Amino acid sequence: MITLLDARAISKHFGGLQALSDVSLTIRKGEIYGLIGPNGAGKTTLFNVLTGTYEPDGGEFVFAGAILPSGKPHTVVKRGIARTFQNIRLFRELTALENVMAGHHSRTHAGLFGILAQTKKVREEERVVTERAYELLKYVGIERFANVVSRNLSYGDQRRLEIARALATEPQMLALDEPAAGMNHTETNQLRGLMETIRHDGVTVLLIEHNVKLVMGLCDRVAVLDFGKIIAEDVPAAVQCNSDVINAYLGTGHRTHA
Amino acid sequence: METFLQQIVNGLVVGSIYALVALGYTMVYGILGLINFAHGDVVMVGALVALQAILFAQKTWPSLGPLATLGIGLVVAVPVCMLLGYAMERVAYRRLRNAPRLAPLITAIGMSFLLQTLAMIIWGRTYHSFPQLISSTPLQPVQGVFITPVQIAILCVSAILMVALIVLVNRTRLGRAMRATAENHRIASLMGVDINAIIATTFVIGSGLAAVAGVMFSSNYGIAHYSMGYMPGLKAFTAAVLGGIGNLGGAVLGGILLGLVEAIGAGYIEQWSFGFLNSSYQDIFAFVILGAVLIFKPTGLLGERVADRA
Amino acid sequence: MNELVRAIPYLGSRYPKSTRWILIALIAVAPLVTALFGNTWVRILDFALLYVMLAIGLNLVVGFAGLLDLGYIAFYAVGAYTWAFLASPHFGVHWPFWIVLPLGAAFAAFAGILLGFPVLRLRGDYLAIVTLGFGEIVRIFMNNLNYPVNITNGPQGINSLDPLRIFGWDLSRNIRIGDDFVINSLWLYYYAFLLFVIASVVLIQRLQVSRIGRAWAAIRDDELAAKAVGIDVRNMKLMAFAMGATFGGVAGGLFGAFQGFVSPESFSLMESIAVLTMVVFGGMGNLAGVIVGALALSILPEVMRSVAIPMQQALFGSVLLDPEVMRMLLLALAMIFMMLLRPAGLLPPHSRYSKPSLVLDKRGTEASE
Repeated sequence: MITLLDARAISKHFGGLQALSDVSLTIRKGEIYGLIGPNGAGKTTLFNVLTGTYEPDGGEFVFAGAILPSGKPHTVVKRGIARTFQNIRLFRELTALENVMAGHHSRTHAGLFGILAQTKKVREEERVVTERAYELLKYVGIERFANVVSRNLSYGDQRRLEIARALATEPQMLALDEPAAGMNHTETNQLRGLMETIRHDGVTVLLIEHNVKLVMGLCDRVAVLDFGKIIAEDVPAAVQCNSDVINAYLGTGHRTHA
Repeated sequence: METFLQQIVNGLVVGSIYALVALGYTMVYGILGLINFAHGDVVMVGALVALQAILFAQKTWPSLGPLATLGIGLVVAVPVCMLLGYAMERVAYRRLRNAPRLAPLITAIGMSFLLQTLAMIIWGRTYHSFPQLISSTPLQPVQGVFITPVQIAILCVSAILMVALIVLVNRTRLGRAMRATAENHRIASLMGVDINAIIATTFVIGSGLAAVAGVMFSSNYGIAHYSMGYMPGLKAFTAAVLGGIGNLGGAVLGGILLGLVEAIGAGYIEQWSFGFLNSSYQDIFAFVILGAVLIFKPTGLLGERVADRA
Repeated sequence: MNELVRAIPYLGSRYPKSTRWILIALIAVAPLVTALFGNTWVRILDFALLYVMLAIGLNLVVGFAGLLDLGYIAFYAVGAYTWAFLASPHFGVHWPFWIVLPLGAAFAAFAGILLGFPVLRLRGDYLAIVTLGFGEIVRIFMNNLNYPVNITNGPQGINSLDPLRIFGWDLSRNIRIGDDFVINSLWLYYYAFLLFVIASVVLIQRLQVSRIGRAWAAIRDDELAAKAVGIDVRNMKLMAFAMGATFGGVAGGLFGAFQGFVSPESFSLMESIAVLTMVVFGGMGNLAGVIVGALALSILPEVMRSVAIPMQQALFGSVLLDPEVMRMLLLALAMIFMMLLRPAGLLPPHSRYSKPSLVLDKRGTEASE
């Protein structure tokens, strides 16, 4: 089992609020790894630090053996980590196909002059990108909406589109922020199937989720974040019985929330 | 040294006018997140309407003292501008409160254009001379430094208005409602604030101040014409950004600072640039400052306060 | 071309093939038709084509990439003054168009990058104001760089610019055929400009349906998400500014050659806003839309001028609204009404950034919007 991502003592504060304290975790290649915790625990913040939207105040990420540069989102993508957003951020005026094609940007090379001159190389690349994008739409099951403007898609389809777009960046690791939010039972099962297929095809998955059943059934290992600190990192069965985790979710008495 | 002090005096005078206009910009931006491009042109309308009223008063009641005539000018200009501000908000901006990003800004630009065009139609293209109703004989309080009663009046009136506004916003119920709306529309309305009325009031107050600023501007420079509002408007916006957009104290500070920088800069630019640039480049200062602030300290000197538009 | 055809109400969707040929025919013979009303109208058509080029360029920046540039006219100025410096008696330099035009474009692109660098992180409103400032700064410099060293000749501008000379043809000279037939130079310019416009349209279309076009649209729609899929937002924005500026620069050079003189007056804020209005009115982001917008808002004021002046004379005995004022009024009202009633512009904003027909499996459906 090779380690793909190693988070080492990540810290982040906003003004007086310590969002992440000394967060360390390890994700192995080929896993589906869950990140859970009460609201406000810092899960999305960890994502944002990982993908370069925020800079950490301390600590570092080691990905595929090399230190990940901080604060540079598009470099992180180039290195092989793709993410989705909690509240779905698609390119609303573009069609589903175009959204996924946009995802291919960092892996393609058509440059200004090539495009203006429409060289053979550029035309071929365009054709390849279009085909690959369509294949990805098929992969997540929404190919019949290829030419529909993305803001007109249903919520569930938009979520799947966002995953397809993230896959277009050819990542080694996919970081999904609450992909099952707002989904019903059937949709959640379809999502689960999709994620297992993704894992089967060689992409490691990091997942923030509130749907405990989904997490426990799907993830190989789970980390629990509470008030910016990791309080458990283990297989789901062990985490479920962990008393710290139970306290974090159910409470021991008075809690003041920052 | 006297030149320097003189530039300071000039700078303070122009700066207070900028500050008055900047207050209007900053209040609207703080509450709506919109740069009211047309605000500078409200200044122009104020000046021209006042001019019209003054000319009328001078003809109809020639025995009225200069101060009273000026008063008539203000009494007519301020309500007209207030009405104009209200109309702009009601007719155009209110409909676009939830529109895609660029729409309100583009509409504001169109508004500004429209006001200038209408002014051009009504008052023509000539540079009208604005009567000197307050004496402009320079006094010499300090050796070599001159200040005119007009300028003193400008400084006093601006100061009074600025203080009045800050008191209004910080100490009255209306002010509290304004601050609440500036924080978060939805929550404010849930707390019982009529946000439509508050937003309209903000525009009205800003436009009233703009009218006074217009009269001051024309009194200081002695002229009024249809495109006089656009440049001071931009500079006042720069001042608001410099001080921290949405922040009233910032608008005042920004306005005065900008006035000072412009005046001192105009005085020394030829020296600094070894004769290559001269005072006709004066307008560039504002733009350069704007660029510099936005690049290096975008929240401004005193920090910005922009609405969380729910 | 197809979008333009489809946009024509009724005819465009019912009979696309014939409408297309009619359109091509119209464009080809436009000068002949308008010349029936007098050669002034051909001149107006020529300027309209220049505005079309400007609108296309600005559309790239505003419509594709979502960057509101209020100082776009500065690039037009750079192109025009480059022609004035390198193809006129001012400095005594008379280089041919195939050197001067590309140079003007290059300088404009450079100016675009210069403008782009500091404004990269600014959000919409602030970006607009700073670009406005840029446009004004350029104009102020043009107006004042006549002392101590005379570079731009200040407010008087530069005269006697060389006309466009292609393959030995001087486009400012009428061509005589036989004894009776004269092809007016204005017509020659029309066809020359038309070629440039067609070239611009082709190039822009290529950019639109490309990796870069999609990157711009992504940045426009959601900059954060664009970064999250690996798009180098900074470089793409700079490229948008530079490419948009290039079109402005070329149009500027052509303007200089056509008009024969340049002065800072032609490059005021009002002109920037006029071009923006054309883009916004016609349909931001929609190539066909901005072409229509540019044609409408550059020709309409002239139509009004010829109709309204005599009408006012007849009705009121004097001219209340002079043409300049009418133009401003038209532009202001066009902008405001379009934003209030139909913010997307005249033509529907269904721009395509992909060629779905490339995909082998053609099961993609068009959903009804």
